[in-house]
Amino acid sequence: MEQLIIIGSGPAGYTAAIYAARAELKPLMFCGDEVGGQLITTTEVENFPGFPDGILGPDLMAAMRKQAEKFGTRVVEKKVTAVDFKSSPKKVTVGDEVFEAKSIIVATGASARRLNLPGEAKYYGKGLSACATCDGFFFKNKNLFVVGGGDAALEEAIFLTKFASEVTVLVRTDVLRASKIMQERAEANPKIKFMFNASIVGYVGDDKIVGARVKNNATNEEKDIPIDGIFIAIGHDPNTKIFEGQLALEKNYIKPVGFVGTEIPGVYVAGDVADWRYRQAISAAGTGCMAALEAEKFLAGNE
Amino acid sequence: MSEITLTDNNFEQEVVEASKTMPVLTDFWASWCPPCRAMSPIIEELAKEYDGKIKVGKYNVEEGTVVAEKLGVQSIPAFFIYKNGVVIDSWVGAMSKEEVAKKIEKALL
Repeated sequence: MEQLIIIGSGPAGYTAAIYAARAELKPLMFCGDEVGGQLITTTEVENFPGFPDGILGPDLMAAMRKQAEKFGTRVVEKKVTAVDFKSSPKKVTVGDEVFEAKSIIVATGASARRLNLPGEAKYYGKGLSACATCDGFFFKNKNLFVVGGGDAALEEAIFLTKFASEVTVLVRTDVLRASKIMQERAEANPKIKFMFNASIVGYVGDDKIVGARVKNNATNEEKDIPIDGIFIAIGHDPNTKIFEGQLALEKNYIKPVGFVGTEIPGVYVAGDVADWRYRQAISAAGTGCMAALEAEKFLAGNE
Repeated sequence: MSEITLTDNNFEQEVVEASKTMPVLTDFWASWCPPCRAMSPIIEELAKEYDGKIKVGKYNVEEGTVVAEKLGVQSIPAFFIYKNGVVIDSWVGAMSKEEVAKKIEKALL
């Protein structure tokens, strides 16, 4: 039986692992689908203390993993498919294997939200993208849509103007949610246009995107608009599907008890999966640390 | 064998032709693409682990354009597995080592 299983491999998971491993709990970590978490798809991280010149997201995560492994964390690149926290010991299922543990840290984070329209999967890589940094290059002198009204959407739109001839930001409501400074930057960019009260309700194209069906949310009118590429930046959803019926959820996020506790003794939660408010690498790392210290205390008290 | 560098000039010979004797995994990447950087050590490890069974090649989309355009690459990292001269599997985006290994195993059948 394991002392501690950590589910998730973002800043929260790795920080928990570093603390728990140093406390000689020999944590077992399951990485999930997105090994390294959301920072894997970002470029420069400029607000993580200790890196005055910034650090690339994948490099930061590789360093965290190395640090966690150095102290004895066993990192397994597999995805947890089910949990049973109500049994004793607690059970974690990975495919057809079941692992038992005295304590658990849930750090499954959040994943980029998709529109989930019919046939969407086949258009990823064929004109539909969730990563402007990766794919903007392929849209030189093209016309693009960016879907979303927050900071991330405007940041993507501004970045994409380096390549595209025109970028239209589709905003679902009649206002931008983005911060004032980002709005000003985007509005000052001559290549950026805005379309308010607009949602994409379908894709047009046989083997790649050639257009989008856009709905005017004020009038409910729909029309097909030709476009070369669509970039999605509509926020994130917490990865809590496997915890339904096990832990209390609020708006799909895990609802912590106290700072990092849950209603089940020995089960702790850290990072974005329980944080709809801050969602920063450093705040995730902070709660990862707290969760590991709590798990350590719990295990000591149970011996 | 370590990964080989693919270009518009050698792609036909090193990938399409070579896949008639051994499956070839091609990785379309660029230095500025974060998930490409995340995938790079995974692909490197797999190239070593499957040495003699598959061939692995990397195509930098900043240096080549013809093949990438022909394959319709609009998102990276993009992966194509060639066997017997044709693409038998392809995907875009980061993926765990285990899942890539599964795809390689399937190509070896």
